[in-house]
Amino acid sequence: MIRFLASRVGFGAGVLLVLSAFVFFLFFVAPGDPARMIAGDKATESQLQQIRKNLGVDRPIVVQYGAFMQKALSGDLGFSYRNQQPVAPIILRRIPVTLSLVLGGALLWLSIGVPIGIMSARHVGSLRDRLGQAFILVGLSFPTFVLGMMSLYLLYFMPKQAGFTLFPAGGYKALTSDPLVWAWHLALPWTTLALTMAAIYARLTRGQMLDVMGEDYIRTARAKGLSERRVVWKHGLRAALTPLVTQLGADIALLLGGVIVIEQVYGLQGVGALAVQAVANQDRPIIIGVVLLGGLFIVIANIVVDLLYVLLDPRVR
Amino acid sequence: MAILEAKGLTVDIPTEDGTVHAVRNVSFAIRPGSLFGIAGESGSGKSVLTQAVMGLLPNADISGEVWFEGRNLIGLPQEEMRRLRGGRIGMIFQDPLSSLHPFYTIGAQIAEVLHAHETIGPAEARARVVDMLGKVGIPAPAERFDDYPHQFSGGMRQRVMIAMALILKPALIIADEPTTALDVTVQAQIVELLDAMRRDFGTTVILITHDLGLLSSVADDVMVMYAGNRLEYGRAADVFRAPAHPYTAGLLRSTPASYRPGAELAPIGGRPPSLLATPAGCVFAPRCPEALARCASERPPLRVYDDGVESLCWLEAGAGRARPAMAAAASVVKAADPEPVAEIEDVCLTYQTGSFFGAKRSLEVLKGIDLTVGRGETVGLVGESGCGKSTLARIVAGLVPATSGHVRVLGKDMASLDARAWRKMRREVQLVFQDPFGSLNPRRRVGAIIGDPFRLHGIASGEERREKVRRLMEMVGLNPEHYNRFPAEFSGGQRQRIGIARALALNPALIICDEPVSALDVSIQAQVLNLLRELQRDLGLTYLFISHDLSVVRHVCDRIAVMQGGRIVELETAERLFADPQHDYTRTLLSASRMLPAFADGGGRVLVETRGLA
Repeated sequence: MIRFLASRVGFGAGVLLVLSAFVFFLFFVAPGDPARMIAGDKATESQLQQIRKNLGVDRPIVVQYGAFMQKALSGDLGFSYRNQQPVAPIILRRIPVTLSLVLGGALLWLSIGVPIGIMSARHVGSLRDRLGQAFILVGLSFPTFVLGMMSLYLLYFMPKQAGFTLFPAGGYKALTSDPLVWAWHLALPWTTLALTMAAIYARLTRGQMLDVMGEDYIRTARAKGLSERRVVWKHGLRAALTPLVTQLGADIALLLGGVIVIEQVYGLQGVGALAVQAVANQDRPIIIGVVLLGGLFIVIANIVVDLLYVLLDPRVR
Repeated sequence: MAILEAKGLTVDIPTEDGTVHAVRNVSFAIRPGSLFGIAGESGSGKSVLTQAVMGLLPNADISGEVWFEGRNLIGLPQEEMRRLRGGRIGMIFQDPLSSLHPFYTIGAQIAEVLHAHETIGPAEARARVVDMLGKVGIPAPAERFDDYPHQFSGGMRQRVMIAMALILKPALIIADEPTTALDVTVQAQIVELLDAMRRDFGTTVILITHDLGLLSSVADDVMVMYAGNRLEYGRAADVFRAPAHPYTAGLLRSTPASYRPGAELAPIGGRPPSLLATPAGCVFAPRCPEALARCASERPPLRVYDDGVESLCWLEAGAGRARPAMAAAASVVKAADPEPVAEIEDVCLTYQTGSFFGAKRSLEVLKGIDLTVGRGETVGLVGESGCGKSTLARIVAGLVPATSGHVRVLGKDMASLDARAWRKMRREVQLVFQDPFGSLNPRRRVGAIIGDPFRLHGIASGEERREKVRRLMEMVGLNPEHYNRFPAEFSGGQRQRIGIARALALNPALIICDEPVSALDVSIQAQVLNLLRELQRDLGLTYLFISHDLSVVRHVCDRIAVMQGGRIVELETAERLFADPQHDYTRTLLSASRMLPAFADGGGRVLVETRGLA
């Protein structure tokens, strides 16, 4: 077990190393001069030289990468080109927002998607199945920003016109200050995220349950005289869970790296919003930091999913 | 007073292709405490019938009556039906591994039956489950309570299923092919256990099986089904002594278990009918050797004989009047000391298994095998699952390298072949696989599949290849006009013929048949076995024939090697092995495989009543 974990962690570290090199070199071959961006159009060539020297970008790229990695290993990701603030704290400040959005959203999309998928699978071909399928189709084909704009219009703007506030337009309030206010502010982003993701989970659950409910052990469960609810929720869902967990791990990791559209629509200052700003400002140290953070989440999620497999499936123990 | 009585039970299942008439107007009565056998091939409706009775087919259209403990089960409310399932009627299924939930411990799965039907605390439930596990012969039941299904052997898993079915001491147990997925020696133990439990608990058992040998040895009453119809019904002793219906007689003649030395198996020709159609006459008429003119157009009446046997047939005196002459096996003169095609010398195979978390272990699969296969002979490899017989076949075919030892085919060492020589060798050794469904690419046409060897080895192309393929199809009994069809359009037996045709294409020196008939129905098995023998006679083929079924091997093999735990424990000519087995394990295998007693035709019974004549 320890050996297995160690090998996975080692492999993950390797992935991150390759990723960091890739991103680093990619940005340095890309056009654009950070010195000019910082100094503005009117700067003289000698000023630019001085800035380049300060930033260290006049050195050979390999030396830069070595210096970057050396600092990165101790948690120092350099300074933002834009405001000379250290990168790591900038990113860390953003994580609670994204984490709140993604984890709350995940809870919501699971509790919408999984029951719809089960309902569809249990009544294949019926009206209920067709309703479930319609939900999946709409959810998959609706662009996130349209959904976000619509909920803003219907749940914020129209009540506002009528003279009361149903939900806030956006913004983030810390969980630690007041959980109710936190949830109230996140309600619309959660719903928007959950509606798009729930469709994926409904489809996955439906497919898995259709397979599982045809298995011999489901027939055994019925032959034992269990109630249909128990057959479906205990015997069926338990077996369909493994692929759901895999998908969930990958999705959460991906979204933690930045929920770009929803954070933009609702004005949430999360990792995704940071990434958008950094790209717009050509703020390379921040971009590199965000990409590495995303990679880190995916590596961690994969290890967690592998460990969950062992917990979920006694056959691989 | 019958414990379960069905009257005119009919089950129709709506599907996309139309209505499947799975069970048609079947009636029977089961005496309390008896073992009631339902025999039939796949598609006969035997499993559908019991699942319909248990309310496990929610989409089916069921009519008729089924009386159990004073209630008609057809149309019983779901909740009442649920209480009967597991409580009053237990079920055991074919494959115990897939029938047990892989993610729950066996103890929890059995205890669940108790919790579903009684109010009982966890400690008491556990005690009762452990007690029951002990009764069905699980060693150290208290420790094994918390084990998962994959930690048990096949036989032990089936014991767990039996414990689960028996825990509430139901009045009736339905066992659907309970031994089919198990090894021969384990089969015998499971049947014995079922029989013992029936006596101890006074339970009535319905045993569904295609294995007539098994039924003849344990069943009290038997019902023979074909395409949803009950063709014959009566006391097992009477039915097996002298079958009244031509189908039953045909089944008994075609099963390798009724082997008589020197006799060819007599297969039932043709293939089972589609269940979508509703024939005007008898469902068996197209395949019946004794069919009369009216059989195809008029629904047969029910004949009741003086010994209680009932038969759905136009023949008044029962089967056997126009019985087909049993062909004597053509005696093939074989060379006394044929030149060797394959020589296997001290072959060992050891796998290194690195378990996920533990240290590396080595697993010895083959422990020194010596075997020679001579030109024109058939050598059988018999043994239970895991004995290494299929692995040996792969090594002989050159698909897996041996860890040590030598395999020589046509005098060439398989290990020392370079790429070109190996490619040439591929022509000489061909395989016929077990699963006729999984081993043919469903997206390719049959002509292309059979023609592959010609294409791959650049031997024939264009019209010449097509001509060769057509000739091969004819040789194995396929219609050459079906050249452009896909595998899905063929039945299991026909697909196995496709596999054989492909193997024959390059006129190989050795054909390895890996369980070629074990996925086929009894009446079809005989067709394929006879085909293999005919081809050997006509083409002088050499077979290495792998099977777990002794009666099949006995029918086709000249010499038989009995394998156990990676070794050949006995190697003898077929007749001598059966007449005078030397090794203990051979004797165990022989005693576990049931041979059918000889049966008479007609049986001299007297017709007492005819029902249902228009």
